[in-house]
Amino acid sequence: MSKITAILRPEGKIDEKIYIAIGSLLVAFSFLDAAFNLLIVVNDTVSSLIALVIGIVGLFYIRTEDRKLFKLRQFNKAINSTNFNAFLTLICIFAIIEYTPYAYKWLFSEANFVGNSKEDCTGGGACWVFINVWFNKFIYGLYPNEETWRVNAAFIILLLTVGSVYLVNEKLKKYIILFLIFVFPFIALTLLAGGSFNLSYIPSTEWGGLALTFIISIFAMIFCFPLGVLLAMGRRSELKIIKYICIGFIEFWRGVPLITVLFMASVMFPMFLPDGSYVDKLVRCIVGITLFEAAYMAEVVRGGLQALPKGQYEAAKSIGMGYWKMNAFVILPQAIKLVIPGITNTFIALFKDTPLIFVMGLLEILGMINLAKTNPEWLGFAAEGYVFAALVFWLFCYLMSKYSQRLEQKLSTER
Amino acid sequence: MNINKKVLTNILPQGFVLTFLILLIGFFAFNASVNMGNRGIAFGFHFLSQEASFDITFSLIDYDGSYSYGRAYLVGLLNTLLVSVTGIIFATILGVIFGVARLSDNVLVSKLASVYIETWRNIPLILQLFFWYFAVLRTLPLPENAIPIFDTLFLTIKGLHTPKFIWENFGTFFSAIIIALVISYMFFKYAKKEQEISGKQLPRFWVATGLILILPYLTLLTGIVDLNFEHPELIKLSDTVSTYKGGVTIIPEFLSLLFALALYTSTFIAENVRAGIMGINKGQREASASLGLTKGQALRLVIMPQALRIIIPPTTNQYLNLTKNSSLAAAIAYPDIVLVFAGTALMQTGRAIEIVSITMFTYLTLSISISILMNWYNKKIALVEK
Repeated sequence: MSKITAILRPEGKIDEKIYIAIGSLLVAFSFLDAAFNLLIVVNDTVSSLIALVIGIVGLFYIRTEDRKLFKLRQFNKAINSTNFNAFLTLICIFAIIEYTPYAYKWLFSEANFVGNSKEDCTGGGACWVFINVWFNKFIYGLYPNEETWRVNAAFIILLLTVGSVYLVNEKLKKYIILFLIFVFPFIALTLLAGGSFNLSYIPSTEWGGLALTFIISIFAMIFCFPLGVLLAMGRRSELKIIKYICIGFIEFWRGVPLITVLFMASVMFPMFLPDGSYVDKLVRCIVGITLFEAAYMAEVVRGGLQALPKGQYEAAKSIGMGYWKMNAFVILPQAIKLVIPGITNTFIALFKDTPLIFVMGLLEILGMINLAKTNPEWLGFAAEGYVFAALVFWLFCYLMSKYSQRLEQKLSTER
Repeated sequence: MNINKKVLTNILPQGFVLTFLILLIGFFAFNASVNMGNRGIAFGFHFLSQEASFDITFSLIDYDGSYSYGRAYLVGLLNTLLVSVTGIIFATILGVIFGVARLSDNVLVSKLASVYIETWRNIPLILQLFFWYFAVLRTLPLPENAIPIFDTLFLTIKGLHTPKFIWENFGTFFSAIIIALVISYMFFKYAKKEQEISGKQLPRFWVATGLILILPYLTLLTGIVDLNFEHPELIKLSDTVSTYKGGVTIIPEFLSLLFALALYTSTFIAENVRAGIMGINKGQREASASLGLTKGQALRLVIMPQALRIIIPPTTNQYLNLTKNSSLAAAIAYPDIVLVFAGTALMQTGRAIEIVSITMFTYLTLSISISILMNWYNKKIALVEK
C-alpha cells in the first residue's frame, strides 16, 4: 500500500497545490459522471464503478499534510481521513445524487397542491390535494364541523396552562400541575362531550382524527405516570404481598402486546361487567393503554429508585421522615430526575402506540387516512396519506425527545 | 417494634390490598359466569378440538378447513415465530451496521446513519406497516409486468416469487456443513494452544471459512448431493389473467411485516450498539494500542467483549418487543396468532375469555422464557465486583 502511495504521490517532488488541483478535478469529474453519465455507458454498474474509482483517486490526491491549508485539512478530517472513508463518502454522495431528484420530484416539483377533486392531480408526483381536501377530517375525525371550536378550545387551554409554567414563579407551579391532573380532565371532557352548559352532546364514537390521538395520549399520560410511580414503589416495598402483586401486575402487562390488551378491552372486558352495564369504548381504550404503559413506566421509575444511593434513604429516615414523606420529598424527586429520558421514551412509545386503537373501531388520524383512501373518489392516494401522517408523528415525537433533553439539562445538578 | 404499629403499617395495608383484589376477581368471575350462562356458553377448552372450517392463506404446516381450532392456533403461532425470527435476524444486521456507522469518524456517514435512525424510530410501527403494505407492495404490477430482480426473483402484487431449492441427499450436504464446523472448532482450539505455547498465530479465520465453504461444495461437485432449482414460471390463465406457478411465493403481507419490523427495531438496536461501544472507557482503547494490538484486534479482543455486556440485555429486550410487535400483523391480514386465533376463531366461536387468555398466555410464555434466559446470561457475564 505504501509503495503505491509513493508512486502515485511522491512526497516533495511536486508542489502540493498541483496534487490538490488534480484531485479536485478528478473528484468534480466523478460527481459529474455520477450525476449525468458523461462517460461512455457500458452498463449502469460499470459506469458507476468507474466514477467511484476516479473519485477515490481524486480524494486521495486531496489528502494533504500541508499545514497552511487549514480548511482543506478540516474537510479531510471530516470525510476523507482514509481510503476506506473516501470510499464511504463517495457511496453516500452518489446515493444522494441518484435518489434526491426522484424524491424532490415526487414531493414538490411534480406534485399538485391546490384543487378540489382527484381530477386536479395532473402531475406525475404526489397529490397533496388529497390531504388538502380531507384535512379537517384528518384533524377532527367525524366531529361535527360547526363544533370543532370546542376541540380547539380544549387544546388551547391545555397549551396555555403548560405554557404558563414558564411564566409564573416556583410556588404557583405545583398548583398548575395539580390543576392539570385534577381539574383539566373535567374541563376537557365537558368541552368535548358536551351535554351541559348549552353544549350539544357529541358521543365519543364521533371523535376522531389527530384530536383523538391527542386526547388518548394525553389522558393516558396523565394517568399512567402516577400509577407507574406507585407500582415502582410497590415493587420495592418490604411488604411481601404488595411486592408480589406489583411484580405480577408489571410482568403481566409487559409480557403481552398492546394489541391483545385492546382486544381484551373490546371483547373480553364487557363479559366481566354486570349484565346490561356498559362502559364507553373510549374509556375502555384509555384504561387499557394506561395500565399497559404504567407497567413500562414502573420499570423506568424503578431504575431511578435503584440508582439512588442508600444514604439518601437513611438520611431521610434519620431526620424522622415517614415512608410517604421520605418518598415524596427526598427519594422520588431525585429518582425521577435521573430517569427523565426513560420517562420521555415511554411517553413517546405511548404516543406512537395510539394508532392501534383501530382494533376497537376508533378512528384516530391513521384510521381516518385508511378510511379516506378507501373512499371511491379518492382511491390510490395511500402513499400521500401515510407520508402526511408520518410527518405529523415524526414531528411530535422529535419535539418530545428534544424537550426532554432540554429538561434534563435544566434539572441537572451536576457541576 | 410496637405490636400496634406493626398492625398499622404492615398487616393492615397488605390485608386491605389482598381483600380488594380477591373481591375484584370474584366480582369479575361472577359476572363472567352469569354472562356466559345467559349466552349459553360453558367455560372450557373443548372447542380446541372442534373443526375450524376456515382457511388460512399462509401456513408452514398442513392445514385446511377440516383441521381443528388447535391446529389453527399452531399455524398462527408458527407464522408469528417465522416472522419474528426472520425479523430479528435482519434487524440485528441492520442495527449493527447503523450503530457502528453512527460512530464513524466520517461525518457524512454518521450524519446519514443518524438521519436513518431518527426517521424510522419516530414513526409508529403500524404506520410503517401500512406504508409498506398499502403504498408500496399493493401498488406493484400484475404478474404479466412483474419486476425481475437478477432475472430469478419476480416481484408482483401477489408477492415475491423465488426459485425453490430441490435437494437430493440433503442429509449428506447438511452433515458436510456440520463436519466442517466441528473441524474448524477443533482447529480453533489447536490454534489457541499453539499460540499459548509458541506465540505463533495461525490463520484461523481463513481456514474456518475455507472449510465451511469448500467441504459442502465438494459434495455438490462429486455428485453425491444434487441441487436443482424450480423456477417460477408465468402461466397465462386467460387473455387478461396470468399468474406465476412453481417456485416459492413469499406473500406481500409477510414482506411488509418483515420490512417494518426489521427497519423499526434496527434503529433501537443501533442505539444500543452505539451506547455499548461508547460506554467503554477510552483508556481501554489506549491500553490495547500501547500493548501493540491493531485496531481490529483491539475491537475484537478488548472493546467488543466488554461492549457486548452493555449491548446484549437491552437488545434482548428489543427482540422481545419485535416478537410482541409482530402481533400488528392483524392490521394487514398476515395470518399470525392474533389474526387467526384472536380474530377469526374468536368470531366463529364467540369464546372471548378463553381465546384472549390463550393468546395472552402464549405471548407471556414467550416473553418470560426470553427474560429468564436473559437474566441467566446477565448473571453469567456480569463483572464480579466487590
